[in-house]
Amino acid sequence: MENILNHIGIENYLFLSVILFCIGVFGVLYRRNAIIVFMSIEIMLNAVNLLFVAFSTYHQDAEGQVFVFFSMAVAAAEVAVGLAILVAIFRNIGSIDIANLKNLKG
Amino acid sequence: MEKNLVLIVLLAPFIGFLGNVFFGKKAGKGFAGALGTVAVAISFALSVYFFLQVNQTGKPIAVTLFDWITVSNFKLDFGIVLDQLSLLWLLFVTGIGSLIHLYSISYMHEDENMHKFFSYLNLFVFFMITLVVGSNILIMFIGWEGVGLCSYLLIGFWYKNQDYNDAAKKAFIMNRIGDLGFLIGIFILGSMFSTLDYAQLKAAITAGNVDTTKLTVAALCLFIGAMGKSAQLPLYTWLPDAMAGPTPVSALIHAATMVTAGIFMITRLNFIFDLTPLVQNIIAIVGAVTALVAASIGLFQNDIKKVLAYSTVSQLGLMFLALGLGAYNVAVFHVITHAFFKACLFLGSGSVIHAMYHEQDMRRMGGLRKIMPITFATMMIATLAISGIPPFSGFFSKDEILLTAFHANIPLWIIASLASIMTAFYMFRLMYLTFYRDFRGTEEQKHHLHESPSLMTLPLIVLAILSLVGGVISLPFGGSWLNHYLAPLFNGSHAEHHLGTTEYILMAVAVAGGLIGIGMAYAKFLKGGAVPKEDHEMTGLAKTIYHKYYVDEGYMALIVKPINGLARFFRDTLEPALSQLVFSLGSLANGLGNLGARVQNGSIGLYLFAFVIGFSVLFIYLFLA
Repeated sequence: MENILNHIGIENYLFLSVILFCIGVFGVLYRRNAIIVFMSIEIMLNAVNLLFVAFSTYHQDAEGQVFVFFSMAVAAAEVAVGLAILVAIFRNIGSIDIANLKNLKG
Repeated sequence: MEKNLVLIVLLAPFIGFLGNVFFGKKAGKGFAGALGTVAVAISFALSVYFFLQVNQTGKPIAVTLFDWITVSNFKLDFGIVLDQLSLLWLLFVTGIGSLIHLYSISYMHEDENMHKFFSYLNLFVFFMITLVVGSNILIMFIGWEGVGLCSYLLIGFWYKNQDYNDAAKKAFIMNRIGDLGFLIGIFILGSMFSTLDYAQLKAAITAGNVDTTKLTVAALCLFIGAMGKSAQLPLYTWLPDAMAGPTPVSALIHAATMVTAGIFMITRLNFIFDLTPLVQNIIAIVGAVTALVAASIGLFQNDIKKVLAYSTVSQLGLMFLALGLGAYNVAVFHVITHAFFKACLFLGSGSVIHAMYHEQDMRRMGGLRKIMPITFATMMIATLAISGIPPFSGFFSKDEILLTAFHANIPLWIIASLASIMTAFYMFRLMYLTFYRDFRGTEEQKHHLHESPSLMTLPLIVLAILSLVGGVISLPFGGSWLNHYLAPLFNGSHAEHHLGTTEYILMAVAVAGGLIGIGMAYAKFLKGGAVPKEDHEMTGLAKTIYHKYYVDEGYMALIVKPINGLARFFRDTLEPALSQLVFSLGSLANGLGNLGARVQNGSIGLYLFAFVIGFSVLFIYLFLA
């Protein structure tokens, strides 16, 4: 089987992954809307997943891909819980702007 | 059979104690008094039985109850030994004890806590018997501590008066100092010989090969214990204060029995002291000086019981003088006669105090002779005995002490003789002030005056008879029964003084000294009708002596004040400094926490920012460094 990596090159996957991850990081840091923050986290997660898969193919080893399945399953659960929390927060304080979520103040 | 009887001697007073503790209050005063008295009387009766037996056979009765302590090569049995010495002590402890119990029934009948009083008294007798009959020093120590406890309880019996409580505490603490010495002495002996049993100790010591230096230290420590319990200089100040207790207590504990425990201990361990002449010298000197100092304080006391208390200290000093000179049998003789006449004097003073509505100041008494003839007569006999007038018992015992002192050391003899003259003086001062001339108290007291009931006068009469004839147990004219009886206890024979011209002259001197003392008291207080001045009118030497040479104040300034000062320094300076240190550590942590808490401001953006930065730093560190 011809390896797709031969055409595109592993470096490009790495660049894409890093760019996606940085987008995620900056999204987390700069946005105030909790849902956007949440989405940014998902982008970071998927950047890492992409890297996993790319290396898995590069090394001809399926373990990385198996791992990604687990990671996606966990991420799905996390999203469900996270969104549920966000809904609960919105019901309570009428906003999901993280600047308003000050109840954790020590 | 014999074992059971021995146990009854020991346990009868203890059963009396338990009975009075648990049933005394409900069963009433009559029951409490009767139970207490009978319990001690049973012990007395059995003591007489054993005494007659041992006196006849000459063989001590030894009973081993159980193995007590067994640690490596150290072994100790819990046993009872009834030998000549312990039986002698048993006889007068239980004998005088029964009389005083009898007396107390009447003396304490108005007190609401009579059952408590009798339970304490019985407990005291129990511990005193333990002290006397034990077969090793550790059992003696149990009794020793026990009588100290009972002394404390009984001095502070009228616990609502804070002064009495203070006196009780003082007695306990002073005794503690001595007890520490005693305990150290026991430890040294235990480590030297791996046993504390009298018989084994005696065998080990007389076998030779003993480290004399260690033994001297041990003997000195034991003597410190005796000093505390028997109120010798410098630990004597508790005894006069102990007069706060009810008068029967003073008679039983602080005159006749407990305070002679020190003498008993030294006599019991005579084989140790025989090998340590240095300690013997110390004992003799301490005894003689105590006799003189206490007698001189007694000259100026106005409280009838205080006079007797100082007299007791002084007489105990004479006994220690005899002990220090190695004349143990003489000391024992004086212990016995002293127990008779001093118990009689205390009970007599109790009778007077009873009649005077608890007035103890002799300046408020006088003229009681006609109203209280029995008390007067019995006290007079005891006074003549303590003053050393023949043929009363005190004459023989005191004369033997003086004789021994004269043969050993003339200065000690002079000191002891001076103390005897003073004794005669202050005792007759007491008698004249109390019983002669006119009554000086209030009208109310005058109406109340009466002779005490027969329950109180009966013990007085018995004790007076004993004070009169007690001397017969050791007459100086050869063949002293006491010396013969006690001979098995002592190493070598303490040769009886051969009665020559010197001895007769000495006797005459002693009697003359007593008569001089009496004469001076007669001239001043009966003929002259002098009454001691009120406290604030005293001046000069009299004031100094009246205040006991300011010894208590000296102890206060030298020991109590510095300790209090140190305590105050610790409380006011050291403790605040230490707690400041600890508190500042705490507030440091608190401040740091507050600083850290500022980061925790609840802004999720900041948290995320910190998270990313922190992760980046870690990342750079791990991969680039």
